[in-house]
Amino acid sequence: MSEQITQVAILDAEKVRGEKPVTLWRTAWRRLFKRKSAVLGMVLLGFLILVALFADVLAPYSPYDVLIGDEDVRARQSPCIHLFGCPEDQPQHIMGIDGNVRDEFSRVIYGARLSLIIGFTTVSFAIVIGTMLGALAGYLGGGTDNVIMRVMDVLLAFPSLLLAIVIVTVLGPGIENALLAIGIVSIPVYARVTRSAVLSTKQMEFVEASRSLGGNSMYILFGRIMPNSLTPLIVTATLGIGTAILDAAALSFLGLGAQPPTPEWGTMLSAERNQVFTAPHLVFYPGLAIMMTVLAFNLLGDGMRDALDPRLAQRGE
Amino acid sequence: MATYILRRILSSIPVLVGILFVTFTLARLIPGDPCRAILGEKATDAVCDEFIHRHGLDKPILIQFFIYAGEILHGDLGNSIRFSKPVTDLLIERLPTTLELTLAAMAFSVVMGIPLGIISAVKHNSAVDVSTMMVANIGVSMPVFWLGLMLAYVFALLLKDTPFQLPPSGRLSPGLSPAAFYEVWGWTASSPAVQGLLEFISRLNMLNAVLTLRWDVFLDSLKHLILPAIAVGTIPLAIIARMTRSSMLDVLGQDYIRTARAKGASRRSVVLKHALRNALLPLVTIIGLSLGTFLGGAVLTETIFGLSGVGRILYESITARDYGVVQSFTVVIAVFFVILNLIVDISYTFLDPRVRLD
Repeated sequence: MSEQITQVAILDAEKVRGEKPVTLWRTAWRRLFKRKSAVLGMVLLGFLILVALFADVLAPYSPYDVLIGDEDVRARQSPCIHLFGCPEDQPQHIMGIDGNVRDEFSRVIYGARLSLIIGFTTVSFAIVIGTMLGALAGYLGGGTDNVIMRVMDVLLAFPSLLLAIVIVTVLGPGIENALLAIGIVSIPVYARVTRSAVLSTKQMEFVEASRSLGGNSMYILFGRIMPNSLTPLIVTATLGIGTAILDAAALSFLGLGAQPPTPEWGTMLSAERNQVFTAPHLVFYPGLAIMMTVLAFNLLGDGMRDALDPRLAQRGE
Repeated sequence: MATYILRRILSSIPVLVGILFVTFTLARLIPGDPCRAILGEKATDAVCDEFIHRHGLDKPILIQFFIYAGEILHGDLGNSIRFSKPVTDLLIERLPTTLELTLAAMAFSVVMGIPLGIISAVKHNSAVDVSTMMVANIGVSMPVFWLGLMLAYVFALLLKDTPFQLPPSGRLSPGLSPAAFYEVWGWTASSPAVQGLLEFISRLNMLNAVLTLRWDVFLDSLKHLILPAIAVGTIPLAIIARMTRSSMLDVLGQDYIRTARAKGASRRSVVLKHALRNALLPLVTIIGLSLGTFLGGAVLTETIFGLSGVGRILYESITARDYGVVQSFTVVIAVFFVILNLIVDISYTFLDPRVRLD
């Protein structure tokens, strides 16, 4: 309904001035590009996605290749970069060699692929379930609302990483279970965000109009209310991907997530943690990679929050 | 207000029951036979039958839950198989380490975060502001374990033999074994509960050092605390700095601030007295809610810095399949968390009169 009205208005405006229509998304997009930090986030993320997509081309070695016999290298050898004075006759390993004589750089590159997959899958899982629960709670209200939100309160009562650890203990260590655990732990956040968005949208006149036109409940909820509650969800999800990647790395670091020899940053870091004094590069680079990835999502999420919520943008946060 | 507080307390009861239920269910879902997990693989069927009967494991699941809840309510947290002693003893032993670390990390993040946030807000959009916020963004994006390891590398190895050298592990230097304050004072406990409390307090090394006037021990434990506290406190620090900034910006734009300036109050006094007091309100919630971050960070940090606290034992118990400890510690932490949130919520009614009206 409101869309149609906007459409009509837009057509009129175009007729009058021949200009492009100004929609919420267009202004948001423009505002997003005005923020340096958001642009930096997008650039970083774009870079990471490219690295993940072209890992096969970018990585000089396979992430599983043990180089003993192929090259004259030692385990945990420091980085050798020709540009910085490493003798030309030695093979170049810009991030050094890991404890199992593999090229660290190639492993870090392949790690980008895994980390992005981890971030997107856990958050998608949490969003689908969290949004459903939150939408139902907010729309139906009363007893349903109470039951759903109390369960969410219980989940929120545990520090998230601890709950994830306990869930993985029950399910057994491994990357799939770690993802599931992080997904479960993040559900309440999306349920809460959706519920409050639905609660405020539900009061609006266009919803009442839709109902008086005879729309059924599910259509009103998912066809009318939800699309108008999207903005806070998008922001929460973007920031949530960063948190999910951090938590997954932490689980892997504790030996509960991805198992060796998977080139996962947390696992790689964990394997060499006791060698930090003798081979700091093996701890430094995977951690730096985690930080960059999480930073990209955080910058982008912050920028999107400001761009999509004019009230917050005025605050200048 | 009394009704609000009462309602808030009552509403946390279902959450507490939920916590018990979740931990109970999770513990029951852990694969494997509890008898053989506890008594060892070689336990005979007869021994196991007796064990199952004694622990009520042959009763309906709902009855088992009530038995479990009853035990917890009586302060019986069960036993650790690995250490063969009550979990409460382990708590008394290990919790002080984590508490000390958490408090130090909290102090670090608040003492650094709030001034940084104020400066950023006052010098809005200046180079200081932009760089502080960039650093804050990097701060929230860092993995705790990575920061911990890198700090250890820099301060224990690169800065070795400089005044900035800091120890990378443990709570005290080897050779230092300070006496507990109650022993120094010649106190004797009248009951096991009091004894437990005294022991708990004496294990807070820095407090104990002050009580026994051992300044060398105090300094030594402080030195050991710095690196882990920075590692745990960095993420909350970044969050606090950002929140202080946005909250201050909010307040600084209000009319009463302009009025205060107009009536001749100095800029300094307006920022620190008029604005800060109101800007601090949302921070109470943020600091309270960050406790989960602190605790999660403690699990990771304790394993790196060789601190035998709650986080470390929880992690070790999981790998050693010592489920009694996992279950009880999770309950204790979650309950602690709920109570803290309750306190934060209630403190709001005292800090912000508007909440009382709702």
